[in-house]
Amino acid sequence: MDRIKGLELSGAEIVVRCLQEEGVELLFGYPGGAVLWIYDELFKQDKVRHVLVRHEQGAAHAADGYSRSSHKVGVCLVTSGPGLTNAVTGIATAYMDSIPMVIISGQVPTHAIGEDAFQECDTVGITRPCVKHNFLVRDVKDLAMTMKKAFHIATTGRPGPVLVDIPKDVTVNKCEFHYPETVSMRSYNPVKKGHAGQIKKAVQLLLEAQRPMIYTGGGVVLSNSSAQLKDLVKRTGFPITNTLMGLGGYPATDGQFLGMLGMHGTYEANMAMQHCDVLLAIGARFDDRVIGNPAHFAQNPRKIIHIDIDPSSISKRVKVDVPIVGNIPDVLEEISKLLKEAKPQDIKPWWKQIGDWRGKDCLKYDRNSKIIKPQFVLEKLYEVTAGDAFITSDVGQHQMWAAQFYKFDQPRRWINSGGLGTMGFGLPAAMGVQMANPGATVACVTGESSIQMCLQELSTCKQYRLPIKIINLNNKYMGMVRQWQQFFHGNRYSESYMDALPDFVKLAEGYGHSGLLIDKPADVEPALRETFKRTKDLVFLDFLTDQAENVYPMIPGGKGITEMILSEDL
Amino acid sequence: MKHIISILVENEAGALSRISNMFSARGYNIESLTVAPTEDASMSRMTVVTVGSDEVIEKITKQLNKLVEVVKVVDLSEAEHIERELMLIKVRAGAKEREDMKRMADIFRGRIIDVSDNTYTIELTGDGKKLDAFIQALDQGAIVETVRTGASGIGRGNRVLRV
Repeated sequence: MDRIKGLELSGAEIVVRCLQEEGVELLFGYPGGAVLWIYDELFKQDKVRHVLVRHEQGAAHAADGYSRSSHKVGVCLVTSGPGLTNAVTGIATAYMDSIPMVIISGQVPTHAIGEDAFQECDTVGITRPCVKHNFLVRDVKDLAMTMKKAFHIATTGRPGPVLVDIPKDVTVNKCEFHYPETVSMRSYNPVKKGHAGQIKKAVQLLLEAQRPMIYTGGGVVLSNSSAQLKDLVKRTGFPITNTLMGLGGYPATDGQFLGMLGMHGTYEANMAMQHCDVLLAIGARFDDRVIGNPAHFAQNPRKIIHIDIDPSSISKRVKVDVPIVGNIPDVLEEISKLLKEAKPQDIKPWWKQIGDWRGKDCLKYDRNSKIIKPQFVLEKLYEVTAGDAFITSDVGQHQMWAAQFYKFDQPRRWINSGGLGTMGFGLPAAMGVQMANPGATVACVTGESSIQMCLQELSTCKQYRLPIKIINLNNKYMGMVRQWQQFFHGNRYSESYMDALPDFVKLAEGYGHSGLLIDKPADVEPALRETFKRTKDLVFLDFLTDQAENVYPMIPGGKGITEMILSEDL
Repeated sequence: MKHIISILVENEAGALSRISNMFSARGYNIESLTVAPTEDASMSRMTVVTVGSDEVIEKITKQLNKLVEVVKVVDLSEAEHIERELMLIKVRAGAKEREDMKRMADIFRGRIIDVSDNTYTIELTGDGKKLDAFIQALDQGAIVETVRTGASGIGRGNRVLRV
């Protein structure tokens, strides 16, 4: 603790001191009128490094990517009004995926609030539905405690973004600075320890299971529970699947891993979900893209155990038999401990059944195509980077192919907007990832439509010399929109074709980077190899890919998890 | 089914809108909502009357508990409880109707709290059903204006909601 007796600091100084106290190394932001005093204080110190983005959405996504890849809190700073509203998409993205972030926004002076002042907006009102919590600081005396609370709330329980709105006069006013060591809030006490009785019940069910299945989500990644999960899976010998958000939580190259499940999950993972008799769900939330129609899912009888830190995620879409609210690593350790003395059932017949489902080879595609297949690019990307890269993605077909074809063996390597599905996320998120992991290989898998949504950040990448590799799967279509239009809208490709695309190579060059156009399958691997050798440069790889390619398998919206469209069906 | 949910919440700016936002954002319905500080000025107590299946009510209480400023949540309807609501109702009471209206108010144990040449304002407390019944019992043409507070509720006997 750092107490400065008698010395009064301005609100702006206090903000910066709080960030220092929290060990914040990087701050993503964009200056403006209401935060000028805070920027002035940032200028006078060198502990907190500021990263200047080109658009506030980029600041929020970058802070988000920084957090996802490092397990630290992502912090961003924006000005009032448009500065904040620009960041809202990024805040909502982080909220949907439970990413711990602190957003500091400037506000017009307290006396001007409510008078429609220049660059005023009701920040607390606008962000309320897309933050874990938010604060408007009206008195400089409350500032330090509010900052402490913000970091505390963002990082405990189910994590999430917390916003602190600070009027300009509060950044000028002075008071004695004292950063509190602890926070105690009678209204906020997240549960940590799982209920012992429930854990016993869960173990009993696991031991009786003939057709067990483990299904894990982003919660495993966020709570750093991969080691405990691996221990449990190995101890039991049970099959496991990950959600889109959970990829990397369990090593994808392991034999017990059935691939991702859900709308574009593997045949074997989805079939095993439907036909298992005991389902252990960990840090996942049975959302619509994962289990499809809950009524269809409920047709097969099975016992469900659900471990989650957030009680409101339990029995939200699917009725659960054994709910366990608690911190995942602790609960998993408890379960493993109890399993030590016991032996699960012989599940060979179940594995045989799963083997038959695997035989479908549901991710197969035409490897002899003369046009570049997007799946081929991702397979090669995996090979060339030896599976060791951080991969960010935007949203659409390329995202699903990356999830299917890049085998993540470690958590926090797969960085994507799973909940909100935010196009434009990939590039700014990659900036945060690269800054959290200097020297690491970072690739942004994107499409020609998504990349254009936060393209301006190429300029930030130049300023901070971020050697991100952009893998642009360019099919000139909003591919996922086109796919739905083909399947469900009679091939009426309404506004999903994008003509007048920029020359991405020249564009990259215009921002001071290099670019390469690849239009032949034979050139894919050499181009990737050359690119990833260039560890100092951002390289924009523009792959012209098959316009008609679709993501398979696919569960149509509202259908059951086993009602998949497979490539062989067409 | 109708449920009365009592919520203890930090008495901070915006707490009410956090709660009402949660109901509207998630599509839960609010029949009535009342809020006022408790004996402890740092805390407000809110009573929300909502309608939903047991599953929906469970989701509502979980989502309420998730809000950072919410201290405690209780579904009063789960056990014995008392429900009261206040209604002020202004009715036509000219020379012709005056006697009848007075008698009607007496039957429902209402109090006439304001009188003019041609109106009465009646104060009535009770559970929601009693207030509904009073409105039903009146000649609909006689009702000039009504205002209801929405239900407040409290557990019976030793059933207590406090920090």
